[in-house]
This record gives sequence, C-alpha cells and structure tokens, in this order.
Amino acid sequence: MKKVFALILAAIVALSFAACGAKTDEPAATAAPAETTAAATPENAVIRLSTTTSVNDSGLLPYLLPTFEAATGYKVEVQSAGTGAAIQKAKDGNADVILVHAKASEEEFIADGYGVERLPFMYNYFVIVGPKDDPAGVSGSADAAAAFAKIRDSKSKFVSRGDESGTHKAELKIWGDNAPDAAADDWYVSAGQGMGACLTMASEMQAYCLTDKATFLSMKDELNLDIVLAEGDDMKNTYSLIAVNPEKIDGLNTDGAKAFIDWMLGDEASALIAKYGEAEYGVALFTLLDK
Amino acid sequence: MESFQQAFDLLISLDKELLQIIGVTLRMSFFSTTISCLLGLPLGALIGTRSFRGKSFLKKLIHTLMGLPPVVAGLFVYVLFTHYGPFGSLNLLFTVKVMVIAQVILITPIVIGLSSSFIEGTSKPVIDTARGLGLSKAKTVGLCLSEGRSSLLSVVLSAFGRSIAEVGAVSIVGGNIQWKTRVMTTAIMLETNKGKFSFALALGIILLLIGFAVNALASFIVKEPADD
Repeated sequence: MKKVFALILAAIVALSFAACGAKTDEPAATAAPAETTAAATPENAVIRLSTTTSVNDSGLLPYLLPTFEAATGYKVEVQSAGTGAAIQKAKDGNADVILVHAKASEEEFIADGYGVERLPFMYNYFVIVGPKDDPAGVSGSADAAAAFAKIRDSKSKFVSRGDESGTHKAELKIWGDNAPDAAADDWYVSAGQGMGACLTMASEMQAYCLTDKATFLSMKDELNLDIVLAEGDDMKNTYSLIAVNPEKIDGLNTDGAKAFIDWMLGDEASALIAKYGEAEYGVALFTLLDK
Repeated sequence: MESFQQAFDLLISLDKELLQIIGVTLRMSFFSTTISCLLGLPLGALIGTRSFRGKSFLKKLIHTLMGLPPVVAGLFVYVLFTHYGPFGSLNLLFTVKVMVIAQVILITPIVIGLSSSFIEGTSKPVIDTARGLGLSKAKTVGLCLSEGRSSLLSVVLSAFGRSIAEVGAVSIVGGNIQWKTRVMTTAIMLETNKGKFSFALALGIILLLIGFAVNALASFIVKEPADD
C-alpha cells in the first residue's frame, strides 16, 4: 500500500514539474521568432508599468504590448490597480512609467517631483449604466450631472466604486457639492471594490453605476444592465502617460520608459489603438487625442 | 513606524466609521464562530470517540475541506444567493447574514477536524473511566469535552481567527459596502488598493490588537493555567 502511495506521489511530483516546464517553455517559444526581427535586447530589458485596471482588463495592453515587445526587445511588466494605488506604487519606486486617468492626481504627482511630464494621449467616455427599464428616467439627460440629479431625487440605488480610483474621482467630480452621504443615504452604495465587482453588484441590486465603457462592454453578457447615458461633456475620460522622474527615484529604467512612451505616442500604436474594440464590440473603445 | 502612530491615533480618536467596521467584524466573527462550533464540536466529538465504517474516508474529506479556499466558499454561496439563484428570493446577498453563512461553510470543517483530533488523543482514558463509572453516552461526550477544555478553547480560537482574518469569501458575498458589510480585512484591502499602504497597515495593527484582546478574554473565561 505504501509503495503504491509513494509511486502515485512521485508521479504527481513528476507531472507538476513537467507542467511547470511546459509553462515556462511557452513564452520562450513564442518570443523566439520575434527576437530574430527585433533590435538587440536592451541591457535593462524590463519596463515596470503601473496602470489602472481599465486599460489592462479591457484588453488594450495585452493587445498592444506583444507588438511593442517584438519591435524593441523590451519586456513590459504590468501592475494594474486603481489609479490611487497605481500612482502610489510609482512614488514608492516600484514602477518606471505610469498610465492613468485622474488629471488632478497626475498633476499633483508631477508637482511633487515624481513625474517628468504628463502626456495625455487618448480618451473615451464614462457611461452611466442602469436597470433596463431605467426607473429614474436617466436616459436623454443633458449630461451626467443632470442624470445624477434624477437618480438622487428618485433615491434610486447607485453603486459607487468608493475606492479613490480614477472612476471614483470622476464620479465625485460629477456629484460636485451634491455628493450623497453613504452613511445617511441608503440608496447610495459605496462598494470599495474594482469596476467588475461594482458592475456585478449593480446588476444584482438593479442599481445605477458610472463605469468606463470598455469594462462594461467586456462584461455586458453577464450583466442585467444597459447603458442609459453614453455621452456628456462631463463624462470625458482622458488617459495619460507619465515617466517616473529619475532625479527623484533611483534604480529606474529610464531608457525603457522613454522607449515605451515614444512607441505609445507613435504612429504604429496610434493605428492599433484607434481600431481596438471594433472587431469585438463593433465600436472603438478609445479615441486618440489630437497631437 | 508611521503606521503604529496612525493605529494609535485612530484608536484614540474613536473614529465613528472605524468603530462601525470593528462592530460589524466582531458581530460577524462571533456568529460565524458560534454557529460553526455548535455544528462542529458535537460532530468532532462523535468522530473522535466512535469508530465506524468509512471513518478514515470521512476524515480525509474533512481534512480536504479544512483547506477549502475562501474564494471558493464565497463563490459557492454567491451562486446560491444571487438574484436568480436558488435562494435569491431571500434577498440576503450583500448582507452580514450571508457573510456568516459563507464563513460557517469555511470554518465548520476546521472545527470538526481539529476537535476530533484533539478528542481522539485525550478521549481514550476518559472513555475508559466513564465506562467504569457506568455513565451514559451523552455524559461521556460531555466528559470528553470538559476534560479537553483548553484544547477545545484553541479550536474555538482557531475558528475565530479564521473568521476575523478572512477576506476572500466575505468580499465576494458581502461586497465590502461602506456602513453595511465592510469588515476590517476588506477595509484593509480597500486602503491597499487606494495606495494608502501605511493606513492599511495601521488597520492591520488594530485587527491584531482585537484578535489579541479576544484571545486574552477567552483564556481568562476558561481560566487557562498561567504558564509558570
């Protein structure tokens, strides 16, 4: 009995090693043909990119990065979190470049000397999603502020990110002085979670929610929600690239950050970004800013 | 260091929201621990004192469930209580009650597994004595529980520790809603996601202090011998 057990254990161990081996082989195999066409691998080949969940979870970075990596020989390590954490990671010296969407925080990041220059390069619109029958009558509102007023007046449920992410900050800006008090207004649900979790919660509660369009479209099939307001002047969502300042933080891959930013702002990336989403959702998810 | 200062300041200031979060945390952990122990201790005692067909299989099953990942338990309960799920009409999703349900699923196997092992180890002589005294089966089980008191206290405290430290299940079924289902661990996750690492650490220190206080209180109640 013991022998059988030992044999099974040995087999499991051998199999798991084999599986791990296969896993590590895979990227090498796909990377190999790319390297033949690429420039020589740079000395410091790893670029640490700290970014928000919306650009990573929407699939934009996984779509762009293989082309960049093949062209330059760099390897981009993406850390995605809410904008607040994405910026903090860079302040702590754990990133070479950031890609975020919260103008005020970005400007503060630069004013404090952590960032070199804010380079806004693309935008999309936040959308308001809600129950399919739109009980608060949000549809047709002039802008998000008007829509929020209707939600507030009808005390319809509203799920807020509540996590100081770029989306949460945009939401607070739209509320302005009329921001609800989560402690007193029980229709206002401050979830303190990521976009996906909040959308799932809004769907469960049949609540309204402010979301980036990309995340909503990528989850649409699982949600019992519709877009009730798609465009408004106060719903523009601008993304920027900022290289971390080597004079403030040591041990950075400044050459890598520069190469990444140059490529992202160049024609090849622009062409790719402009058509991202068309194949999957029928609409482009991001629009480039005029240079 | 900054975190210790912040933890201290937070406790001193008796921040209304922090107190509310601590309240929810204690309420949830109390009910999770109590229900898990009410279910788990008698079962653990039965398994520990009896021998029956399939016992070794049952023990393996329980030991597997002791390692049940919290996210899996959370997911399982979520699917049951989602709006269109079998218990969706109860409207329990995103409440403290459903967090307790998820934790009971998570913790009961731990209570059964640990208590049956402890009782198995200490029960033999007790059972022999009980048989000698001609006690009933129920009384024998009771005697086993009282003889292994301090071992069982550590079972209960392990259950409590699992409950208070757990984040995966409660964030899925509770939703980390401010003023409602936010507990210490999900608050720490949130502050970490905000990038407020030192504040998050301060909350972690407070959580440890709460855990310590509960442990001290429990051993005081059970009158564990001092280690001299």
